[in-house]
Order: sequence, then structure tokens, then C-alpha cells
Amino acid sequence: MKSIGYYPGCALACSGIELDLSIRALSGLAGVELCEIADWNCCGASSAHSTGHELAVALPYRVLALAEAQGLTEILAPCASCFSRLKGTLVRLRRNPEMLERMAGLTGRACRNSVSVVNVVEYLGRLLKEGLAGKLTSPLKGVKVAAYYGCLLSRGEGIVEGEDAENPTGMEAAIQAAGCEAVPWNFATECCGGAFSLAKPEAVVDLSAAVLGDAEQAGAQMIVAGCPMCHSNLDMRQRAMSAAGRRTRPMPILYLSELLGLAAGIAPKTIGLDRHFTDAMSIAGRSA
Amino acid sequence: MARVGVFICHCGENIARTVDVAAAAAAAAKMPGVVYSADYKYMCSDPGQQLVRKAIADHKLTGAVVAACSPRMHENTFRRAAAAAGMNPYLLEMANVREHCSWVHSDRAAATAKAIDLIRVMVEKVKRNRGLRTITVPVEPTAVVIGGGIAGIQAALDIAAGGKAVVLIEKSPSLGGHMARLSETFPTLDCSQCILTPRMVEAANHPNITLMTSSEVESVGGFVGNFEVTVRRKARYVDPAKCTGCGECWSKCPVKNIPSEFDAGLSRRTAIYRASPQAVPNQPVIDARHCLMLTKGRCGVCAKVCPRGAINFKDADELVKVKAGAIVLATGFELWDHSAYGEYGGGRIADVIDGFAFERLASASGPTAGEIRRPSDGAEPKTVVFVQCCGSRDEKAGVAYCSKICCMYTAKHAMLYAHKVHGGRAVVFYMDVRSAGKGYDEFVRRAIEKDGAEYIRGRVSKIYRRADGKIMVRGSDTLAGTPVAVEADMVVLADAVTPRPDARTLARMLGVAYDADGFFSEAHPKLRPVETAVAGVYLAGACQGPKDIPESVAQASAAAAKTLGLFARPKLEREPIVARVNRITCAHCRACINACPYKAIEDFNILDRSGKVIRVVANVNEGLCQGCGTCVSVCRSKSVDLDGFTDEQVFLQIAALGPEESGVKSRGSS
Repeated sequence: MKSIGYYPGCALACSGIELDLSIRALSGLAGVELCEIADWNCCGASSAHSTGHELAVALPYRVLALAEAQGLTEILAPCASCFSRLKGTLVRLRRNPEMLERMAGLTGRACRNSVSVVNVVEYLGRLLKEGLAGKLTSPLKGVKVAAYYGCLLSRGEGIVEGEDAENPTGMEAAIQAAGCEAVPWNFATECCGGAFSLAKPEAVVDLSAAVLGDAEQAGAQMIVAGCPMCHSNLDMRQRAMSAAGRRTRPMPILYLSELLGLAAGIAPKTIGLDRHFTDAMSIAGRSA
Repeated sequence: MARVGVFICHCGENIARTVDVAAAAAAAAKMPGVVYSADYKYMCSDPGQQLVRKAIADHKLTGAVVAACSPRMHENTFRRAAAAAGMNPYLLEMANVREHCSWVHSDRAAATAKAIDLIRVMVEKVKRNRGLRTITVPVEPTAVVIGGGIAGIQAALDIAAGGKAVVLIEKSPSLGGHMARLSETFPTLDCSQCILTPRMVEAANHPNITLMTSSEVESVGGFVGNFEVTVRRKARYVDPAKCTGCGECWSKCPVKNIPSEFDAGLSRRTAIYRASPQAVPNQPVIDARHCLMLTKGRCGVCAKVCPRGAINFKDADELVKVKAGAIVLATGFELWDHSAYGEYGGGRIADVIDGFAFERLASASGPTAGEIRRPSDGAEPKTVVFVQCCGSRDEKAGVAYCSKICCMYTAKHAMLYAHKVHGGRAVVFYMDVRSAGKGYDEFVRRAIEKDGAEYIRGRVSKIYRRADGKIMVRGSDTLAGTPVAVEADMVVLADAVTPRPDARTLARMLGVAYDADGFFSEAHPKLRPVETAVAGVYLAGACQGPKDIPESVAQASAAAAKTLGLFARPKLEREPIVARVNRITCAHCRACINACPYKAIEDFNILDRSGKVIRVVANVNEGLCQGCGTCVSVCRSKSVDLDGFTDEQVFLQIAALGPEESGVKSRGSS
């Protein structure tokens, strides 16, 4: 892999900026060029598919069409929600060629649906296999990590491939490559509360606290996530959890790419480790 | 000169609605060789058959064509009628104008023309039919029963009671199958071993039954009445003639940590072992995969302590050939592996067990001597959750069908738990309670009303082990419309009933069909539930579909009745549709001998008066020939023909459809 199309989406420019920073840093280290899709638009996320079916397909369709027109064959969508929307549209259009034609009319752009979409777990897994593993010079020896997938990195028929939706294991190899231990726990695919973060924050506090609690009981010293939504719920809401009497100890929440970045010896600030609500810098001291 | 009669059936409205039967009869009357033609409302009825018989006699018919339904339906009926009128039954043929014509067409004129064509074709055939004689083959009055569970035992005992010999083949070292592992049985709660072990002993000691344990079927040849079954008798390393089952060997064996198959892994066994104290035969075998002597060449403790010198490390597998007239398949079932359910812990939680493990916990002969103790720490579980339909009725990750027995055994488990753990809480999650059977629903009601089992209608979505050791069970109560979570100490999953994975291999050996799930297929789902499509092969028990004990036993007895019925006649009548070799033209190229899938063609020496071989030709063994016609098509000198379907007949049938003959103009001439 010399280069790959890059779809940052909205989260990677704001609340999930650490994901963007760490992916760019790791890609640079691995010698993979990230080719950002020119003129990309919103994937639609939850808002579009609760508004209308056509809109929910048309928005990701335009992104796929742009990528195809720009000569990209494969794009990385690090945000789990973007990934789910883009890959979901791809799968849907593959099953329904009629819709492909309708979308071409609607957006004024033709598309052969030839682009493939990879998520952050798949991408990092490939980087490791293609040589990044050898560059992890500062492993975090013996740190116990709970791998958290949430829904969008474990579910969706034909979207998340090669994983048991009820027992995903895709992050384990990366966690071990970083020198850490992936602890067995129960809530790897539990709901964090998702987009209710704004509409019903008390539900998010309740659900996310349960996830943190189970990880802690399993002996995890931190949680590794892939989704910016999960990350913000687990990371940002810890103060509210304490206020509600649900939590006492802080639990660092890292992106999988941040963990690998630390293991690769990249400066913590370069990968945005100082931007967390719940302190994560303490983890940086654990890398050799 | 041929004198053919044509009989056209209306089949009520079935044929007459679409085919103008009177016109067809008139057209048939004009066909060359036809001297009589008639139509009748129900030709298969008694008056209809009378009509056929009378016409055969009155018109001195040399052949008859009945234009009616499929020959599979009534060919036998009419051939019997012909025989009753003194005609060779093979001179009567059916023209299928129902399934092949009236049922599938709507244009009356075209359908009538097609019916006339079908009749013309059969008239041409029947004019060249030869009167054939039924072939008789001897029947070997020995049955092979494959599988030594309750179904196989029952079938073997019933056949043996009928005075016929049985070879009972069991893969594992002991008879008894799954039933031997059960604690109590529904709906009467009688002890499973108490009712089973006498049967096991009876089967082992019956003079008509040859018991072959640690044995598997290697291959099957032959056909009904004359099967040849090759059995692999696996090495046991213990001489059954010397061993007395004293137990010195397994009490001294140093390898003691092998999970016991019989106890669902809840106890450990030694490398030389017997499945259970009630094993039949009550002699140990050596598990070659774990024995130190057989894997590493050092130990031999059992041989040293055996007072009878029964241990033989040089024992080897042995192939035994058994001749049999009938085969009963009773290979049973397995439980679905719930590790496919990641949401239920993927098989990694020790205190989430399957039904067999619970049976062993509840069994007086089990690893806990009948006390309910959970596997992880031996504690008595105060709350047990039972989950029905684990894998069943789940097309996506499990099987689509209902496993039928789980509703009942789960109620039994809840009941046994209530009897053994006083004050314990039994919670049952179910989709539906399917308790059809005598005394069955009353049994489930008893579990709920008398023994206090809490039944919750809904699926379990997740099972996990909390750090404090509690097993959390989350699901929904679809009657109350609320999510529920139960803190349990142990969970019992009612895993789906699935066929044995190697059953397919056995089915292919025998040519027996199996369904998409791997259960053996019966010949007819309603009217022939114990027969397979292969003559002489019968089914008993859960290898055909999920079944409880009474059903398995009933089917086993039915299979035994079918077997005894087959054996009641010393010789078997067969259709005489066999190949015949013209010895004058046969060049003995052996093409047919090599091509025959039934090994029915052999060399035949033609001798002169002094007994010297002057020529060798091919010869068809009528007992083995199945009439498939493969030899006919490979013969280079056209020296083989199939009785009833000669090349000449087939070509003339085709010619009868030619443009100048047919009522329908061919495309070329229109």
C-alpha cells in the first residue's frame, strides 16, 4: 500500500481530531500517502437516514462518486459512523443497481461503485502487517487494555466483514503489537449511548458508565476505541458520571491509532494525546 | 399380429377437463395394431379394472395401453388386473396423460393432440414388449443395525425377537447412546439408566444379536436382500475374551486428566477406561490418543497389573465383512455447539452449560453424585436460568427447525432442580412452549405451578460473567414488553438437536438421501416414514429428525417390523427390467463390465462339449442388475439391450412422433 483515499469526515476536524492526527502520523511513519478526497461532503450520519432514505444514500454516493472520479480505488474512513454510511451505501448499491442509476440522476454524477471502503481497524491491521509492526520501538509493556468496538465496528451485514458481530477480535493483534494485553471483558460491543449524547445525556452517562465499569472490573487500565462518537461519550462524560455517582476513578480512553502512535515512539502531543477530557498523558509515560 | 387395447381414463375431471377423451379414444382406435379402445370415468376403480380384464379376454389382446396417471401411481394396479386376465403383466404399459399432459396444459385442442401422441408412442412400444418373468433373488435374513443408542437397541431387540439375526454396530466402546447419560426422563421422571440398562444387557446377551462396539461402517455394497457391509472394528487393546472388567487397570492408569465424554467434560477419566460403570460390554478400552505406552512407548502399567493378561498394545483395527438383507440406520444426534453464539459467551463461560452437562449433574451416577453443583467452583447454584431454543429456530446463526425435545427436557430440568435445590430459583426463557404429547403439557404445567419455575417468554440477548462470578442473563419479556436481567449462578442452554456430522458420509455410502440439515430423508414424509428411498434401508430415531425417547422407540420398532416383513419371504421379487447380452455378437471388449456401477456384469465362459473354453463373453447377473442401461450405451457392438426398453422400442417410439405420424405438425413442415 503506497497510498489510500482519505475521507476524514466532520469528526476528525473537531471532536475527534486526535484520530486524524494519529492516523496521519502513523501513515507518515509507514510511508502511506493519504489522498484526501477533494470537495468531500458530509456522510449524512444519523441525521440523514432519519430524514429520508434517498438522502441517506445520496450523500455517501456523492463521496464515492467523487473518489472514483479522482481515480481512487480504496478509501479510508477512520470515523466508524462515516465508514458505516459509506460502506453501507456501497453494499446497498451493489445489491440494487436500479438505485445506482437513480443516484446518478439525483446527484448528476455517474459512479460504477468501484471504490472500496476500509475502516480504522482494518487499515491499522494492514499497516502493521506491511511493516509498521517492526517500527513499534516503544511498546507499552504489560498494559491491560479493553478493546471497545461499540456497534459500528462490529455490526452491519456485509459492512463489517470478517468479524463475529457478537465477539469481534479485530483489534487484538494491534493491541498485542503495541506490547499490551487485551483483557477479556463483557461489554466490547455494548452501546455507549451514541448520538443521544446531546438529546439525552443522562442515557449516555448511564450506558457509558456501565461500559467503563465492566472494563475496570476486568482489570483494564485503559480502553481502546475506534469510533469518535464512542470516544467522546466514554472520555468526555466521565465528569458527569462522577457527578451522578457512577464513577470514581478516571479511565483513559485512547484511539487504537493513538496507542500504536505511542508504541511507535511518536511524541504524545503530535498524536493529540493532550486533547483528551480524561487524562491520557499518564499512559504516555508507560511506553518504553 | 399385435392386438392392442387402449384404455383412456377421465380421472374424474382431472384428465377429461383438458383432454377430449372421446376424441382420443376414437383416434387410438385407428392406430395400427389397435383392436379395442375405450374411455371410462375412473379406470382404476373396480368397474374400470373389470373393463380392462374383460377386454383383454374378449378381444384376445396381446398388449394394453392405459392412458391415465403416472405409472408411479397405478402401473402396479393395472398390471395386476392384466395378470388376472391371463396376460403377462409386462405387456401392459401406462401413457401418462395426467401429470405429463392434462395437469400442465390448458389449451384443450393441443392437450388432446398431445394425449393422442403419448398414446401412440406407448402403442408402438407395447407392440414390441416381451412378456417378462419376475426375477427372484435370495434374501440374507440378517439385519445390520447401525447405532447402539436406544433406537438401535430397540430395533435390534425387535428383529432378534422375530427370530432373525442382527449385527448391532456401535461406534463408541459402549451401548446406550445419549439415553445412558440422562438422569430422569419426561414425563414420568423415571430413571433413565434403570429403564435402559436392562435393554443394553439384553441386546448384548441375546443369542440372535452380534454386538460390535468400537466399530464403524467402512463401506456398503450390494442391494436389498444382499448387502455387504464392511465394518472397521477399531483396536481396543484389551482382549474381550480375557478381560473380566475387574478395574485394576483403570484404577492404576497414570493418565487421569482426560475430560470424560460421557460426563460432558465435567469429570476426568483415565486413558484406559470404560464409558460408565453401567457400560455394556463392561470392559475397558485404551484411548490410543492419550495412552503413554501407545504415544510415547513407555508405561504399560495396565498390562503389568492386569491379572488376566488381557492388555494387548499390538492390537490393530480389523475389517469385518457382514452379509445382510436389511440395514437399519439409528445414528442418533448431537447437540449444536453453542460456541457459535458470541452473545452467550461463545462457549467460554464455565457455568454456561448444555443440557447433557445438566443431566450429568442431576444424575445419581454423575460426577457430583446427583447434587447440582456448578462447574466453575462446585458451589450450589441458587439461581439457574434455562434458555430454550439455543440455536433452534435461528436461520442466521443456528438451524431453522424446532428441535422438538427441548421444551420438555427444560421443564424436566427446572423440575429436577427444584427437587434438588430447595429454595432455588429456576428461570426459563422460551419462545413458545411446544409440549404436544401424552401427558406432556401437564408436565410443563407441573413445573410451573407445582415446582415454581418462572417462565419468561422472550429471547435472551446476552449472557456474560460479571467479575463477582454472577452470570448475567439479559433478555426481553415479550409478554410484559420489558427488558429483563437475571443474576444467575448457572445457565443451561437447550442447544439445538443436530444430526451427527459423519451421518452424511454414511448416507452417501448407502445412497440414502439427507435433507439440507443433514437428517436422513424418509421415502415419504407421511406414508413411508421409516423407509428410505433405498430398498431395504430403514430409519430409526433422531438420525431422521429430532425425536424424544418414545418416538425413537416407536420408529425403531416400525423399522424392525419392516425388516421382519422383508425377511418373511425367503426370496425377493424384483422388476425384471435387466440388461441382456447377445452372446453371438458380444466381442468381450469388457466396456460394459468396466462401466457397470453395480458390478453386475461378469465374464462368462462358453465351453465346447469337452469342457474347453472356446469363447468368453459378458454376462449380466440378474440379481445385481438395476436396469440403469449404462452398459447398453457403452456397448460398441450393440450387443446389450435392456428388457422392456430395447433400442428398437425406443427408436420406434421416437419415430411415432415423426411429422407424418403425429397429430401435431412439426415445425419444419408447417
